[in-house]
Amino acid sequence: MKSVPKQEAQPKPRLIVRLGVFLASHHILFSVLCCSAGIITLLLLPSLAKNTYLSENALIPGFANPLFSTEDAIEANRFMKGIEAVLANFIAQQIEALGAEVCYHKFIPRSKNFHPLKFFTSMTNDMAIQPNGTDTNFGINTIGIVRAPRGDGKETIVLVSPYNSQSVQSNELLSLALGFSVFSLLSRAAWLSKDVVWLSVDSQFGEYVAVSAWLNLYHNLVFLSQSVILHTKMYGANHINDGNSEKTEVMAFKCAGTMVAALIFKVGETRRYGDRDSVMMYAEASNGQMPNLDLLNVVHYLAVHRQVPDYVEGTANLANSIYSQALGVPTGSHGAFCDYQVDVVSLEFSPTFHVRNDNAKSLFRLRGGMLIEGVVRSVNNLLEKFHQSFFLYFLTAPSKFISVGMYMIPFALLLAPLPIVAAAFAGGSKSMEKPVDKLIEHSKADDIADIPQSKGGSCKWLQAAKVLLVIQLWAVLVSLLPYYITQIPDATPMQSTLIWVVLSIVILIALSVLFGSPYSAGVEWKLLKATLITSMSIGLGLMSIINFATAQLGALIVIPMCLFSRPLKASGMNFLPRSVLLASNIVFAVLGFPPAAVLIMKGMSKGSCSWTTDFGDFWIWMEFLWEWSSETYLYLYLVHLPCWLLCILVLLHPCRQLESKIKEDWLFGLGGIFFSVGKF
Amino acid sequence: MAAHSRGHPAMREREFSPAGTSPYWWIRPCAGPILFLSLLFLFLFLFTAAAASAAAPEEEKFTEELLLRPLPDRKALAHFHFRSSAPPAASVGRHHHLFPKAISQLVKKYHISELELSFTQGRWNYEQWGGFDPMSTNNAKPPGVELWAVFDLPLSEIDATWKNLTHTLSGLFCASINFLESSTAFSAPRWGFKLNEGNLRYGALPREAVCTENLTPWLKLLPCRDKAGIASLLYRPSIYKGYYHSQKLKLRSSQSLGIILDQTLTVVLQPNTVSGEQLHSNHGQLQPNWSMRHLFNRKLSGKCLVSKSSRVFIEVDKGIVDNVNKSGSDLSWSNEFFVLSNSPDKLIKGQNHVEIQSSFLYVYDASNYTEEKPLDVGITWKLPLVWTCTPSPFHASRFLMGSGNERGSIALSFMSTNLHKQISGSPTDCSIKAVIFQVVPWYVKVYYHSLEIFIDGSRKTVSEVVDKIHVIPSEDKLLPGTLEMLLRFPCSMQSGTLTLDFDKGFLHIDEYPPDANQGFDIPSALVSFPEFSSARSYPEIDPVLGSPLLENFQEDSVVKSYTEVLLVPLTTPDFSMPYNVITFTCTVLALYFGSLLNALRRRIGEEERELKKTVVILKKWQLLASILYRKFVDELF
Repeated sequence: MKSVPKQEAQPKPRLIVRLGVFLASHHILFSVLCCSAGIITLLLLPSLAKNTYLSENALIPGFANPLFSTEDAIEANRFMKGIEAVLANFIAQQIEALGAEVCYHKFIPRSKNFHPLKFFTSMTNDMAIQPNGTDTNFGINTIGIVRAPRGDGKETIVLVSPYNSQSVQSNELLSLALGFSVFSLLSRAAWLSKDVVWLSVDSQFGEYVAVSAWLNLYHNLVFLSQSVILHTKMYGANHINDGNSEKTEVMAFKCAGTMVAALIFKVGETRRYGDRDSVMMYAEASNGQMPNLDLLNVVHYLAVHRQVPDYVEGTANLANSIYSQALGVPTGSHGAFCDYQVDVVSLEFSPTFHVRNDNAKSLFRLRGGMLIEGVVRSVNNLLEKFHQSFFLYFLTAPSKFISVGMYMIPFALLLAPLPIVAAAFAGGSKSMEKPVDKLIEHSKADDIADIPQSKGGSCKWLQAAKVLLVIQLWAVLVSLLPYYITQIPDATPMQSTLIWVVLSIVILIALSVLFGSPYSAGVEWKLLKATLITSMSIGLGLMSIINFATAQLGALIVIPMCLFSRPLKASGMNFLPRSVLLASNIVFAVLGFPPAAVLIMKGMSKGSCSWTTDFGDFWIWMEFLWEWSSETYLYLYLVHLPCWLLCILVLLHPCRQLESKIKEDWLFGLGGIFFSVGKF
Repeated sequence: MAAHSRGHPAMREREFSPAGTSPYWWIRPCAGPILFLSLLFLFLFLFTAAAASAAAPEEEKFTEELLLRPLPDRKALAHFHFRSSAPPAASVGRHHHLFPKAISQLVKKYHISELELSFTQGRWNYEQWGGFDPMSTNNAKPPGVELWAVFDLPLSEIDATWKNLTHTLSGLFCASINFLESSTAFSAPRWGFKLNEGNLRYGALPREAVCTENLTPWLKLLPCRDKAGIASLLYRPSIYKGYYHSQKLKLRSSQSLGIILDQTLTVVLQPNTVSGEQLHSNHGQLQPNWSMRHLFNRKLSGKCLVSKSSRVFIEVDKGIVDNVNKSGSDLSWSNEFFVLSNSPDKLIKGQNHVEIQSSFLYVYDASNYTEEKPLDVGITWKLPLVWTCTPSPFHASRFLMGSGNERGSIALSFMSTNLHKQISGSPTDCSIKAVIFQVVPWYVKVYYHSLEIFIDGSRKTVSEVVDKIHVIPSEDKLLPGTLEMLLRFPCSMQSGTLTLDFDKGFLHIDEYPPDANQGFDIPSALVSFPEFSSARSYPEIDPVLGSPLLENFQEDSVVKSYTEVLLVPLTTPDFSMPYNVITFTCTVLALYFGSLLNALRRRIGEEERELKKTVVILKKWQLLASILYRKFVDELF
C-alpha cells in the first residue's frame, strides 16, 4: 500500500479491495485474533445460554389435573403380576381387554448396510424385509391403538416402551407396566383428539432396529406376500385351533394417522446411591438432528424443577451435547423417528428404590404415569405440529439452551480468517517474483514475462488445484474401501485396519504415478497451502449445513493444523519460533490423523496402551459410524483426511525449484508419509 | 334468508291454528238437539279427511321420532328424526304453516331436487356399531361437513347455482360451507357417489368443527324448536359428550311430492356406569343399564303439539334377538336378558334382505305421556350378553404411506369380514362389486396410472379387478382430482389393497389455510357395495302408521362406508418471520448480484482511459476559460 501515494494518477482501488489487501498483509495477526476469539466465545457459550421457554401457547403443560391415579398404578401392578411367559401374546390380550385395537409386527433384524449417502436421498426401502415363514430368528412388536373417541383419526401420538423378549429384566417389566397403565388410562380418556399408538418394542436385536423396522413398515407398507404364518413361539399350542378370521384380524398390520410426536420411555437400572428419582432426556438423532425444543420443554416443565447448573456442569453438558450431535449417531431408538420428521424424546427413568420395594414402586409408577399423561395431554392440545420453537440448539441443562444464532458465532470466527489467509498465500506466492502492489494491477506485460521463467506463473494455481483434485479422488477411493474390506471373511479389526492403510498408500502411489507427483510440477508450498485452506473452508462450510456440531468440532482440530502448517525445510526464521512452529506442526499432524486421534483418546481414557487392540478399535469405531450412516464418516474421509494429507505435503515440501532434485524429494516425501503412518 | 321465523303477520296468525282441528270448532257451537246429526257429520268429515290424506298429502306435516339402540361396545345410539313436508308449491303459494320458509325459498330459488348437508364429529365405528344396517349406510357420515345437491337446472347453470347455494347454507347454518364455493373444493361425480346426469355436485370440508353454533340454526327449522316434543331431549352437554355426533339435513323436492325435509341427529353416547373401571371390556359383564334420563339428562314430557306423530323406538339388534331366541324365551319387553322400563305400545319385527329376521322394534307413542307422567324409557340388563353387529362385506380403511415433503402414496385396504360366507354359504368363484369414490385436492397430485392392486399378497393387473373407472384429473388451482372406480373382488379375498402414488405440490403463500402447519386434509373416500342393500322390511307394519323413520329404513339403499380423513404434511413456509426471510434474501441477492455485475462489466483499462480523458477535458475547459477570461480582461481594459 505504500506505493499508492506515489502514483497520484492511478485510480484509488475500492474500499473493500483495500480492506482485503490490508487484512491479507496482516493475515497472521488477523487469524490469531479471530481464532482465539472463536475459541473464547466457544468457552463462553455455557454462560451465554438462555432459559428455555414454551413457544407454542397451545401446549399449556400442567394445565389440567392429571387423571392418572393410584388405581392406574394398581392396574400396572396387576399387569406385572399377571405376566406370562409369552409376553407379546399377553400384552395383546391385555390390550384387547381394554377394547383397543391390537396387532403384531414381526420383523427380522436388518443386516449391516453401507449407506453413506442415505442422508441425501429419501428413505430407502432397504429395511422392509418381510420375514418368511421359515425364519425363526425374528422379533415381535406388539402394537395397541386407541382411536380417539371424538377425533377424526388424522393424527397419532406414539408411545414406545422397549423390552427384551428373550430375557426380561425387572426394570423392563416396570416400564411395560407403566406403558400399559398409561395406555389403559388413555383408552378411557374422553379428551383425546389424536389417536394413541402404544408400541411395546421387542429389543432383543436392539431397540433401534425394532423401532425403525416398525416405522419403516408403517410408512412403506408392503402388500406383497403378507400372509405371515404365526409362529408357535408367540401363540401357545392351544391357540393353533383358533378361527382363521381372528388370526388375520390380529396379524394384519394396522395403521393410524400421521404421527405428531412420539415418547419413548424406559426404566433404567436402579440407582442405589441417589437422593431422588431422576429422568434423563435423550434427544440427539442421526446427524445432529434434534426434535423441536418445545417437546423437551414440556417434559422438563412437567418433570422436575432443578436449580440452574454452574459453569462446569453446563460446560460438561454442552460438550456432551456437541459430541453426541457431532458423532451423528442417534443416542437411542428415538433416532428412527427423527428420520421420518417426527418429534420425539426418550425418557429414561432412574428410580432410587430397591426393585422389591412395592410402596416405592407404586409411587414411582404414579409419578411416571402422571408425567407421561401430562406430555400426551400437551401434545394432544396441539393443533399444528411442532414448529414454533427451535430445531437447532445445544442444551447446557434441561432448562438452558443455546440457539443457532449464538453457537454460530464461534464457528464463524474460526472460519473467518481462512479466505484471507488463502488470499494472502496465493498473493504471497506471486510476490516472490513481483512486488506486492502488482497484486492489484498486474499488467499483461508482467504475465508474459513470467511464463518462460516458471512454467506459467498465473497457471501455477492450476497445478495446485490438480494436486488437490488427485487427493480428493484418493479420499473418495479410501472412503469406499472399508465396504470392500468388510466383505473379507474372518478378518480381525486389526487386520482390516492394516489392509485399509496399506491399500490407501498403494492407491496414493498409483495415483501419483498416474498423474505425476505433487512436487514434480514445481508447485510452491504457499500455493499448496492456499489451496488446502480453500478446500478446507469449503468443506467445513458444507458440513456446517449438514451437521453443525461436526463442523464445529472439526474446525477446532483442522483450522489450527492448517494455519500452522509450514514446510519443515522452509528457512527465514529464528531458531526459537521455528522450532516451536515445527513442534506444533508435528503435534497437529499426529493429532489430525484420525486413527492416531482415536488411539490417543483411548490411551488417555484407559491408561494402558495395548497397541494392537486399540488400533483395531479405530476400525470398530469407523464401522459404527458407517453402519449408522453418519455423515461424520463422510466428513472424516472427504474433508478431514485430504486436508491432513495436504498438510503433510506442505510439511514435507522440498522448498526448492531445482528440476533435478524433484524426483528424489518426492520419494523422500513418500517415505515421510510411510514413516508417519508407521509410527502408530 | 335467515329471517324465516319473522314471516308475514298473516302467516304467523295462521301458524297457530292446527289444520286438523278445523272441523271441530265449527261443529262445537251447534250442540243440543241435533247432536246425532252433528255426529254423523263429524264422522263423514273425518272419513273424507282421512280418505283425502291417503290419496294426496295436501297439507303440511311434521313428524318427530327417536330411535334408541344398545350397541355391542357398551354404548347407546340415539337417532332423532324429524320430517317436515310441504305439498307441491302450486297448492299453497308462498306461505307455510309448519314448513320452514327458509328451506322452501332455498329450494325454489336454486331449483334443488335433492340436497344433503351433514355436520359430523367423530368417526362411525363400522366394526362395532355395524356396517350393514340403514343406520350406518344413511347416517354414518365423514368427519366435518359434507354437502351434495342435485339441481333441476340446465348443466351450464349448475356451477353458478352451487356457489350461491354454498353461501346461503353458510349463512343459514353458521358454518364455513362457503369454502366449498371455490372450484377446487367441489366435484361432479357421475356414478361413484350416486347415479346422476351430471347435475350433482359434491363437496366436503373435513376440518370443519361442529358445535352448538350449528345445532341452533338446525333446531330453528323445527316448528317446536327444542321447547317441546322429542327435540327437548337435546340437552347440549350430554349430546356433545358423545363418541359420535352427526347432524344431517336432507331435502327432496319434486313436482309431485312437494318438499320433504328430513332432519336427523345421530349420536353415540356412553351411558354412565357405576363402576369406573373396565368400561370397555364386555366379557362376562353386564351391559350398562340406561334410560333417557341417563343419556340426555332429560325426560320426554309429551309431544310437540303440531306434530302428526311422535314416537320413540327401542331397537334391539339381530345379535340380541338371536341370543334371546336361542334361550327359548320370547321377545317381550321383559325377558330373561333385559327389561324395558315401560311397556311398549307396539312391537314390530324387522327383516333384512338376507336374513329372515333381523331386529325388533319396541314402539312408544309420546302423545300418551305428559308433563306429569313423562316418558323415561330405558333398558335394564339381567344377563350378560355378547353380540356383534352385521358388518359390511369388506372393512375399508385408508392410510398414507411414505414420508418426507416430496411424495407419498394413498393406500385403500379392504379386509374381508367373511359376510358372504354367512349369506351364500360356500365361497365359490363368485365376486363382490365395490365402488370407490374419492376426491383429492389439487395440491396432492395423484398419478392415476400408478394404480396398483394387491389381493391376498399378490399383485393383480388393473384389468383383472377394475370393471369401470372414471377419472377427472386435478388441475392446478382449478379442479380437484376425482376418482370413481368399480371393482370386482373375488369372494375368497381376505385382504385387498389399492395404492396410488402422488406428488406433493406447492401452494402460493396466500393459499395456505389458517393453522397450515397441521397439514392438509384429503376428504374421506366413499366405498359402496352395490350388490348389497341395507334396506329393512317390516312385514307386520301398518301402512297407516306413517313413520318416516321406518320408511327411510325401508328404502332401497346400497351398503356404503366412509374411510378415514387423511392428513398430508406439505412444505409450509415459516409464516412467523417473513420479514427476516425477505430482508435476508434481499441482502444476499443484492450483495451477490451487485458484486457479480460489477466484476462482469468493469474494465480497468477502460477506466484509466476514461480518467485520462476527463483530465484532458478538464484541462481543455481550463484552457478555454483562461482564454475567455483573458479576452474579457483584454476587451475591458
